Amino acid sequence: MTRKRRRLYLLGLFLVGVGTATALTLSAFRDNLVFFYSPSDLVEKHVPPGRTVRIGGLVEQGSVLRTAEAGSKAVEITFKVTDLSHDVPVVYSGIIPDLFREGQGVVANGKMGSDGVFHASELLAKHDEKYMPPEVAEALKKSGHWQETGVPAKK
Amino acid sequence: MIPEIGHYALILALAVALVQASLPLVGAARNDLALMDIGRSAALAQFGFIALAFACLMQCYVVSDFSVATVAENSNSAMPLLYKIAGTWGNHEGSMVLWVFILALFGASVAAFGRNLPPSLRARVLSVQAMTGVAFLAFIVFTSNPFLRLNPAPPDGNDLNPLLQDPGLAFHPPFLYLGYVGFSTTFSFAVAALIEGRVDPAWARWVRPWTLAAWVALTIGIAMGSWWSYYTLGWGGWWFWDPVENASFMPWLAGTALLHSAIVAEKRDALKSWTILLAILAFALSLIGTFLVRSGILTSVHAFAVDPRRGVFILAILIVAIGGPLALYAWRAPQLKLGGIFAPISREGAMVLNNLLLSTGCATVFLGTLYPLFLDAINGSKVSVGPPFFDATFVPLMVPLVIVMAVAPLIAWKRGDLAGALGRLWAAAAISGLVALGTYIAVHGASVLAIFGMALAAWCSAGALVEVAQRVRLFRVPFADSVRRLLSLPRSAWGMTIAHFGIGVFIAGVTASSAWQVEKVQLVRPGDTVDVAGYAFTFEGVVEAQGPNYIERRGTFVVTRDGRPVATMHPSKKFYPVQQQTTTDAAIHTFWIADLYATISDPDEGTQEGGAPAFPNRADGAWAARLYYNPLVPWIWIGAIIMAFGGIASLTDRRHRVGAPVPARARPAAAPAAAE
Repeated sequence: MTRKRRRLYLLGLFLVGVGTATALTLSAFRDNLVFFYSPSDLVEKHVPPGRTVRIGGLVEQGSVLRTAEAGSKAVEITFKVTDLSHDVPVVYSGIIPDLFREGQGVVANGKMGSDGVFHASELLAKHDEKYMPPEVAEALKKSGHWQETGVPAKK
Repeated sequence: MIPEIGHYALILALAVALVQASLPLVGAARNDLALMDIGRSAALAQFGFIALAFACLMQCYVVSDFSVATVAENSNSAMPLLYKIAGTWGNHEGSMVLWVFILALFGASVAAFGRNLPPSLRARVLSVQAMTGVAFLAFIVFTSNPFLRLNPAPPDGNDLNPLLQDPGLAFHPPFLYLGYVGFSTTFSFAVAALIEGRVDPAWARWVRPWTLAAWVALTIGIAMGSWWSYYTLGWGGWWFWDPVENASFMPWLAGTALLHSAIVAEKRDALKSWTILLAILAFALSLIGTFLVRSGILTSVHAFAVDPRRGVFILAILIVAIGGPLALYAWRAPQLKLGGIFAPISREGAMVLNNLLLSTGCATVFLGTLYPLFLDAINGSKVSVGPPFFDATFVPLMVPLVIVMAVAPLIAWKRGDLAGALGRLWAAAAISGLVALGTYIAVHGASVLAIFGMALAAWCSAGALVEVAQRVRLFRVPFADSVRRLLSLPRSAWGMTIAHFGIGVFIAGVTASSAWQVEKVQLVRPGDTVDVAGYAFTFEGVVEAQGPNYIERRGTFVVTRDGRPVATMHPSKKFYPVQQQTTTDAAIHTFWIADLYATISDPDEGTQEGGAPAFPNRADGAWAARLYYNPLVPWIWIGAIIMAFGGIASLTDRRHRVGAPVPARARPAAAPAAAE
């Protein structure tokens, strides 16, 4: 085994490895990148139903409803996410994170239904009461309802 | 007075570090022993001053001195003592002091235990170590002074983030930092070797114990972090591919690759420049991790304060600390003499494959973690990269790695016999086949992937055992003879076997817990019974209790199986009035081969604060319960502990002890124990 041959083998192995990783990464990016939409984006752009996306904004005051009958065991709730220009109805079945509040920022992962309702599979738990998800802050700035104090304008 | 002493000690440490960074380097260039020796005493002095500063800061927290700004912001007089102490590093400023404390600790260790290093190498290592120290001490003194006073002092503090008030998390940062910062030593060794222009097997032998120590600490630190997220985030999951987790995982991957390539450099004098590059990259990834977590670019529980000045400062450190050595590498690496040659099928070849897969895996994690930042910077679109991406890229890369892991130790150095090695692994293949069959029979409708995962775990663990059995010639020589051989195996061989076995245990835990987790989410009222994988959880209601700095609502589940009592579980919600924050405490009952896991939450909680009365179907005193049956999940941490233990075993090997005399010549290659 000459040094040259050895290097050639190593190089070949390296290229195969890098090639595989690149192929895996590219295909994974195509399928698994989750884009963020604000409620206004959802109205303006077409979001294909069935694709996993992430939405964010404020939980609209007074919009949180427990849809199930009294005495039922279901944990389903509905609420609206707003950027104070547009809002989008969300249905979610699961445990509500500790910091989920009406009037506070929220980010939800899920899919847009053909009925215009966003089916959330996950509400993102945030670590801090005062914390505003950056996407939400951005969405509020775009819709022109952002106040520099960090507290969004109330309607 | 105490805070001023601490502040002064920090500034003195910075001055000493400046001396340590410059004079020994000059001394090494001029071959002046007196100048080189300054490095040792300076390293010890620097450590002393930083230790003093750290002790002063801790004292401020213990006595709750709220005239110090960081204490007032991050502590409270009602907190238990453990969290007052942990609060020292539970904030930006304090955690940076911990960072330099550990950095100086490693520097002082090199000074104290590196007596047998050539003086010029030791001087250069200490000098490079001090350069990192200068950068971070300056960062603390100029942008993040932990001893800043408040006037007037507030009557009480702001409390520590309740999520951080947890015994597991109290010790997670020190271990993680021991790992992160531990790679600074290998980094210093690599840069020093580049300056010297010489890398030989002795260099690799000196570097390995430091790599091992850092790797062990990082393994424990990551495991602690994931254990914490398992029981406090209440999702029943243990790893989220969160950017902050990835930030600690990337140095681990690079460090693991480094551990293996350093063996090749030590035993065969090959892969030297690659080893140097890995040593630089492992620390570079640690710095990037620090930057990502501390700059506030990524928002998480770890991003304590968003201050652009700090981010820019760390970014500058990052550019110098990564760019400088890489430029030095580009300049010097071609001058390193090439080492021994080897055939593709050989132990070296297997190590190259190991390194290739680990570094590619590390690259995919890097890409997945930073891609959202790049995209945001380029066109402002907000994307997130979640677990599916990493499942699709990282996991497939690790499968061949684990397959090769069992084979590689049976292949000889230089030129190996693959067919022979595979033939000797028949027992491992048989065990792994049996496990696959057993899984297929035991778990109704088990997926192909899950069966494969279990078989892979068995292959890895059994392969590690087969390798030991081969080495002690089990069943081929009298049993007592085998035992004697077993006891005389070098510690580093033990280390490898234990660590590889641990990875198998870990894989079994990961596979089973992700494939066969049973989840039930529903509303429960007192008296309700929920069936989870054959376990009947009966809800007995919630009582309120007062803790030292929180109000607890504590639920009770009585768990039975076939009418026999199994456990009583108390999931709870804790409300911290000072920070107006609620945390979830999961109740976990472990059988060691499975966990029962329960959390509760008030289903109406999200709607109470807005004062909105429009809530027609209130849950009427019902609680939302999240109940899990998590098979084999404890094995994830048991596996990690076994891995760390393997590292410790290897660390105690005589040959790695830096103080131990270096053998005059290499062991005879024929000795079976020399293989590793």
